[in-house]
This record gives sequence, structure tokens and C-alpha cells, in this order.
Amino acid sequence: MANDIARYFASEPDHAEAVAGIGTHLRRFWEPRMRAGLIAHWRATGGEDLHELAREAVARLAEG
Amino acid sequence: MLSIAENDRGTPAVKTTATVTLEIDGRQVTVPEGTSVMRAAAENGTAIPKLCATEMLDAFGSCRLCLVEIEGRKGYPASCTTPAAAGMKVRTQTPALGRLRRNVMELYISDHPLDCLTCPTNGHCELQDMAGAVGLREVRYGYDGANHRDAVKDASNPYFTFDPSKCIVCSRCVRACDEVQGTFALTIQGRGFGSSVSAGQNESFLGSECVSCGACVQACPTATLTENSLIALGQAQRSVVTTCAYCGVGCSFRAEMKGEELVRMVPNLDGQANHGHSCVKGRFALGYATHRDRITTPMIRRRIDEAWQPVSWETAINHVAAEFRRIQAAHGRHSVGGITSSRCTNEETYLVQKLVRAALGTNNVDTCARVCHSPTGYGLKQTLGESAGTQDFDSVMQADVVLVIGANPTDGHPVFASRLKQRLRQGARLIVIDPRRIDLVRAPHVQAAHHLKLRPGTNVAVLNALAHVIVTEGLVDDAFVAARCEAPAFAKWRTFVAQERNSPETLQAETGVDAAELRAAARLYATGGNAAIYYGLGVTEHSQGSTAVMAIANLAMATGNLGRVGVGVNPLRGQNNVQGSCDMGSFPHEFPGYRHVSDTAVRQSFETAWGVPLHDEPGLRIPNMFEAALDGSFKGLYIEGEDIAQSDPNTLHVTAALSAMECVVVQDLFLNETAKYAHVFLPGSSFLEKDGTFTNAERRISRVRKVMAPKAGYADWEITQLIAQALGYPMRYTHPSQIMDEIAALTPTFAGVSFDRLERLGSIQWPCNDAQPEGTPTMHVGAFVRGKGKFMLTEYVPTAEKVTARFPLLLTTGRILSQYNVGAQTRRTPNVLWHDEDRLDLHPHDAEERGIRDGDWVGVESRAGDTVLRARISDRLQPGVVYTTFHFPGSGANVVTTENSDWATNCPEYKVTAVQLTRVSQPSDWQRRHQAFTETQLELLGAARAAAD
Repeated sequence: MANDIARYFASEPDHAEAVAGIGTHLRRFWEPRMRAGLIAHWRATGGEDLHELAREAVARLAEG
Repeated sequence: MLSIAENDRGTPAVKTTATVTLEIDGRQVTVPEGTSVMRAAAENGTAIPKLCATEMLDAFGSCRLCLVEIEGRKGYPASCTTPAAAGMKVRTQTPALGRLRRNVMELYISDHPLDCLTCPTNGHCELQDMAGAVGLREVRYGYDGANHRDAVKDASNPYFTFDPSKCIVCSRCVRACDEVQGTFALTIQGRGFGSSVSAGQNESFLGSECVSCGACVQACPTATLTENSLIALGQAQRSVVTTCAYCGVGCSFRAEMKGEELVRMVPNLDGQANHGHSCVKGRFALGYATHRDRITTPMIRRRIDEAWQPVSWETAINHVAAEFRRIQAAHGRHSVGGITSSRCTNEETYLVQKLVRAALGTNNVDTCARVCHSPTGYGLKQTLGESAGTQDFDSVMQADVVLVIGANPTDGHPVFASRLKQRLRQGARLIVIDPRRIDLVRAPHVQAAHHLKLRPGTNVAVLNALAHVIVTEGLVDDAFVAARCEAPAFAKWRTFVAQERNSPETLQAETGVDAAELRAAARLYATGGNAAIYYGLGVTEHSQGSTAVMAIANLAMATGNLGRVGVGVNPLRGQNNVQGSCDMGSFPHEFPGYRHVSDTAVRQSFETAWGVPLHDEPGLRIPNMFEAALDGSFKGLYIEGEDIAQSDPNTLHVTAALSAMECVVVQDLFLNETAKYAHVFLPGSSFLEKDGTFTNAERRISRVRKVMAPKAGYADWEITQLIAQALGYPMRYTHPSQIMDEIAALTPTFAGVSFDRLERLGSIQWPCNDAQPEGTPTMHVGAFVRGKGKFMLTEYVPTAEKVTARFPLLLTTGRILSQYNVGAQTRRTPNVLWHDEDRLDLHPHDAEERGIRDGDWVGVESRAGDTVLRARISDRLQPGVVYTTFHFPGSGANVVTTENSDWATNCPEYKVTAVQLTRVSQPSDWQRRHQAFTETQLELLGAARAAAD
């Protein structure tokens, strides 16, 4: 699902805007335990199987 | 027969500000220019005798009963076909007119049965009324001449009887079928005395093309076409205006009652969504409300393999509260949640989300819009600023080009389809974008200018290609875009869609749509005048559903087709109150009025009103609830009026999740598929049994009025309130109007809505506030709700659901006219005569390749599961695409659909599932297990009902 979101934002030419868009979407629409699960996956694997943009967005989410 | 409460004025109203003043029987009357003399008289209290005229239909001038005298004119013109003119002096009653009318009536009555006392329309028969009005005292011709009194009745239709012996050949039925419904199923066959009404080519009504909309029955001035319920029950005593509980058109009806018994539903001539028209479901399919399957006693059980125990309301409600508190104590407050219903009223939906947020302290509340129009909410909010369609239905009558994408209005929204077909017959051009050849592509007197028969899953590619043509061929409405839209976002979008990879030629191989045809469609949409887009679940139920909605809004903004009548972006909502359930804060991230839970000011307003602190994080969506149930963190679910075990994708996954929960509470009319996995059953009420409001696809809020007492004792809003009280949270409403008052106080778009105002105006389209005290038929006039419209990038991302050698076909799903969604209501009516099973439609080429013949049992296997359906070979499909409906639980359509979903909203990708077909001779394993499980559950229910009796 996070990858699907990332693939939507991938057409955004401004990289920073794309990453921010993914993060905003996750914050506004994902329930906290889902976000926590995604962050845990990122922490455990470095974001294995995550789209590059999603990985960056999750990293920022993890930073709070 | 017309409604007992309506006074027909003979010819349609004329909408114009110009007026004319004339004299009728010595009185000065002023009417809109173009009004007939008949209507001018009727509006001023003078009823001119008539038989072939009704205000639902254009004047016909055949019965010769409405003749009048006009000073300075020769002869006796028909008042129905004569327009009122300034200075005209009309006399409606003179000795000469009296003689002429009596002569006409004598001829009619000489060939009409004189059985008024036993006739079902006795007392409401227009022929009978006219005989009295003209003073008929004798029939000089006698009754023994040639006549039609032995003509044979046609009782083939389950809902009405055609008795040709009573027909006066006024053609009202034929004209209603043509003008109002647009099916052209009826005709007058023969000539002169031999003229008679015929369904199709002299077929039975059931065997003909008749769609049982009821327009002919309503139009009939005698008892020739009469509802079987009226024949069986006799005349109604009272009429109550209410709103249909089927699709999102939200037709207004008069429920005609005899005590607490519903005699018939008659479409309301004053209904602002339907203008007196109806379809087979809303008009006739009401038997479910009193069906023997209805459960009227609360029931509980500890496990789903135990017998149900009938209990009192108090016991059931206390049990629910105790279980939810126990679960929250053990697993945390976010281990429970609720699902609101798009079939229930706004007030009931509002209360369920309030219960979840305020009494249970979590935002785990969602609604079935999750699986249908959640992408509409997201996409239109992002682009235009409001999660709703932009027009009223009447707007289509001023459209010059209509683009229908991913919708099948003749089946899903039939009353709107009739309006659309009226406009198309007047000359508007039609573009259809759909994988199937839906009826609108070629119907009587309707033919689409372009049918873009795309491959399922390529909506966004096609929409981008349309935009590419508009941008690269200089068809953008630059002035509109410059004035109304964000310039940087438009510049970015224009660069994006102009890229060659978005051209029709490049995308042709992917979409299957001929590039030249697509270019022609784009040019027509951009340059054909007022252009309106209507779309349905064929747009939203995709992995890119939200992207497609935004692409549609982009097209409308780029061509300046927003902010006035005749244009717009119009989502056709599936269920009666999908719009309302979304408006009422059913989504886990939004309070009523689409305001995010993290918005501190908004949240504080609800905290103040509700007296408790509220959570500021989004809750679980329905698919997330299933995942959480399976991982053990979600244990209790209150479901009001939804059947997620049948309607949601990947049935095995859903039922596994339900089975993993400790307390599933189902509030419904029947033991639906979900209730078979429930621990508590709370018997709900039908729309006939409660007060409230529904909001239709055009944002129109209409009253639902109670016409009979709730069968189980409580309306649904009362049940929710009882649960809240048992949880220790005070709710003390005594009438749904008080709930609406609270909604209005907390929701700016509803600020001016009240039951009193609805009573006065009939209905209200939100936003309704001080600026728009009577509502807003057309949105975004002058400016978008968000200020400037925002073009969004809409990259086409092909679905992950790919065809392969193992799954070489694409399955797409939809619904049919006679059945409604999961079928809980319509399967319990005679509508099964038209559709008693879900069939699998496939192209002759695909059938031949697999040795499949029409009617064969076919195994349908996907990556998610397999089921068996009977085949129907149809050239509506393109090779490589198969189709089924999902109205019968045993069909297992959703055993096959996958969990792929829209990236933004989780709306399932029902419309694209890769499958393989094989001829088989027996049901699937799932179907056998489902049958056995159902039999067990019905036995467990039967024991409880026997105990309750």
C-alpha cells in the first residue's frame, strides 16, 4: 500500500514535494498502528521492498 | 392511476419568466408564456374535463374532451394543445361544449365495462370522474354493439395487471413509456376500432422489453393498468411523501397507506430528483419490508456455532455494552469500532459515528462508501475542494455533450437514465467510456457518438489521453483556467499530459481504444458546448480510483465545464444515502462535513458539544479492521445495515476476520451473510418505519417519513442511542429532527438545514447556510470551494492484477436493473422473475475457445479463489473480458475478487480481476461449504425463532 502511494507521487517532478506528499498522506489517512508497523518494518529492514520515495517518507515519519 | 393526493394539471409546467395574461370564464389569469390553456385554467382553479392529458406528458389532443371556446376563433380547440395567449378570452363551460363532451363520453362508455363497483380504481377512475363531470346520463348507442369487453387480461407482470377491456386507447401508457421512461416498449397496434395497446410485438408485458418502471400504470386514467397490490388491498386512505431507499437518485414517493399497510408507492410529481418517475425497484420491490425472513427479536450467542438465544432489548443492549467494555479493557480502546450504513438515514449514520467517537473513544468508524465512492471523496476534495458532485440532476437537460464513464445508468440509476435519454433524444451528444456495450450505447432513439471500449483497468490512461488531445490541440479554456485555477499546478499538469507517452496513439496498445476515435471524443467533449461528466463505480473501484476521479476533474476544469448549469462532474452514487453517510462523518479520518480529526478547532467544537475528549488520529478503515482482527488487535465491531461478508472483496479473508473477533454486532432486517458470523443480532427497521433524511447523489437532502411502526419496536437511531446509554454515554434525542439540529449546529455545510425548512422547501441541496438559505443546486459558481481549482498529476500506473497464461481473462463486475447490490431486499421480492441468479457473461470468441455454451456451468478461478457460475454468451463484452453481477451470496463473486485497492482510499479493485474459465459440472468447494454453513446458520436461527414464537 505504501508503495502504491509512492507510485502515485512518483510523477511529481519535485522530489521533496513527492516525499512530503507521501508522508502527509500516511499521517492523514493511516491509523497510528499501521504507521507504527511501517516504521517498524523500516527500522528492522531498512525499508526492504519499499519504493524509494516511500522509504524516504517513512524515514521522515520515524524521525517524528 | 395517479396518486390519491395529487391534482393533475393536464400538461407540463413551463419554466420561463415571461408571462401572459388571459381571461378564463371571466377571470383574469396570468401564467408563464407557453402554458396550455388547460394548465392555465387548472392553476387557477378551473378543471377542464380531460382524458388523454396528464402533466407528465406532452399534450396529445386526441380525446376531444377538453374542448373550449375562444373568442374570435372558429370551432372548439383542444385546451391541452392550445397555448395561452395574451388577451385570449376562453370559455370552458357552455351548452355547446357540454353537448360535445357528452357525445364523446357516450362513445367511450358504449365500449367500457360498467363494473365500477367492483373495479379496483373505483372512486379514482378518471373515466368515471369525467362521466360525472360532463353529466352523462344515457348512452344512446347501447352496449350491445361491437366492443372489447371480452379482451383477455395480461397478468404476466408480477406487479401490475393489464386489462384491455377497460382501455380507452388514450395512448397515455404508450406516451409515458416513450417520453418519460424512454424504453418504447409499448405501441398502439391496429387502426380505428381495432386499435389496442400492445407490449412489444404483441407480447406479454413480462416477455416484452418493458422494464416495469410503472410509468404506464401511473399514467393510465382507467383500471386498464393497475397495481396488483391495489387490486388486492383496495384504495389507500392516506398518502405520505417519503424518499426511496434504493439507489442514489433518491426518488420522492408517495407511500399510499391503508392503516399501517402499504398499498402502493407512487412517484411524487413534485419530487425534485425524479419529477414523478420511478423504476421497478422503488416503485414495486417493497415486499422485503414485510417479508417472513425479517427478524424482529434481538438475539445473542457466545459463539457462531451455537444456537441464537432470543432476548429482550434490554438484555441485548446491555450485553453489547458489556462486551465492548470488556474487550476495550483487555485489548485497549482502539480494539473496537463500527460501520455505519449508507442505507440508513443521515441521523442514524451520524449517531453511529458519534457513538464510536464519543462513547467508545476511538475513530475506528467507516462506511460502505469505502468500497464504492471513497475515491470520489478524496479526488474531488483535492481538485475542487468539496467531496461531492457539482450539479443537480435537472442540469443534464442543459447539457450538449454527456460523457458517461464507468457507469451503467439504465441499470444502476434508471430514473436519471430516463432524464438523460430525454436530453439525448433532444439532440445532446453522448460519449460512453466502458469496457462493455452498455444499453446507452445504442437504445431506442439514442446512439452514442463515441463508445471508447477500453480494457478494464485503463481508465486513467484514457482520461490522460483525452487531456493530451485537449492540451496539444489548443482546446483548453484558457480564460476559465486563468481565472479559476491555480496557475503553477495547471502549468505542471499541462506539461505532464502533453508528453507523448500520454498521447492516444502511444496508449492505444495499452487501452485498446482506437486513437482516432479517442481524439474525436476529446474534441467533442471540449468543443461541443456544455459538457457534463457522469461516472460510477467503474471509475472508483480500481487501484487508481482516486487518480481517475482527479483526472475527470482536471478535464472539466481544463475545458471550463464547471460552475454553471449543464456541465459538471457528477458521481452517480450507488446506494440511497452514500452521499449522506460520507457527509455525516463516517470516514475514520473525518468529522461530519469532511473535516479532519486532527483539526484542533473542529475537534474542539465536537468535544464541547459532545462533552468528551476526542481522538486526533485517523482510525481504521474497513480493510484495516480486517487486518487488525486477523493480527489480534481488533475484537469488537458494531455493524449497522451493511453486509460486508457479501459485499467486500476476498470473501474468505473477510469471513476469517469476522471469525477472529470476539463480539460482532449486526443490526439489520435479515440474517444476512455477515450476521451468520455475528454474536449479537439487533433487528433493524426499514425506511418505512422511521423518520429522518437521505442525501442523494446531487447533495439533495430529502425527508424519510415513518408510515408504520418499527416491526421490532425501535427505529435504528433509537437502538444506537440505547447502546450509547448502556455504555454510559448520554444520548437523549426524542426525534430525529433534534439530531439534524445538532448536525446543523456543528457542520457549516448543513448550517441552514432543519426538518422545518425541509418541510417548507421539499428538499435542500447542501451547502445550505446563511449565504445559500435554500441550498445550492450548482456548486463552484464563481469560485471553487477550495478557492482556486487545483490540477492534480495523474500518472497512469497499470494495475498489479495482470493477465497471464494461467489467468488470461479480466473479470469485471456490475449490477442489473432488477436487483440491488447484495440483493438482501430485492431477492425477497418478485424481482427475481427477471434475475434469479448471477450469470457470467463472456464473448462468443472466449466461449468457443473453451468449449463453453450458453447456460453451461463455468468455473471462475482467480488468484484469490474460485467459484462456479452459469455462462451467458454475449457480444456486449469484448474478447478477453468477462462480467458478472454480485446480487446472490451463493454466487461467490467476491470469493474471486482480490484485495487490490485504490492507493489513496483502499477502495477495492472490484473491476479488474484476472481469471480463467473452465467448464465444470459441480459447484466450487467454497460454494459447497457456503451452502452447508448457511443451512447450519438457518437451523440455528430457526430454533431461536421457534423459541421466540
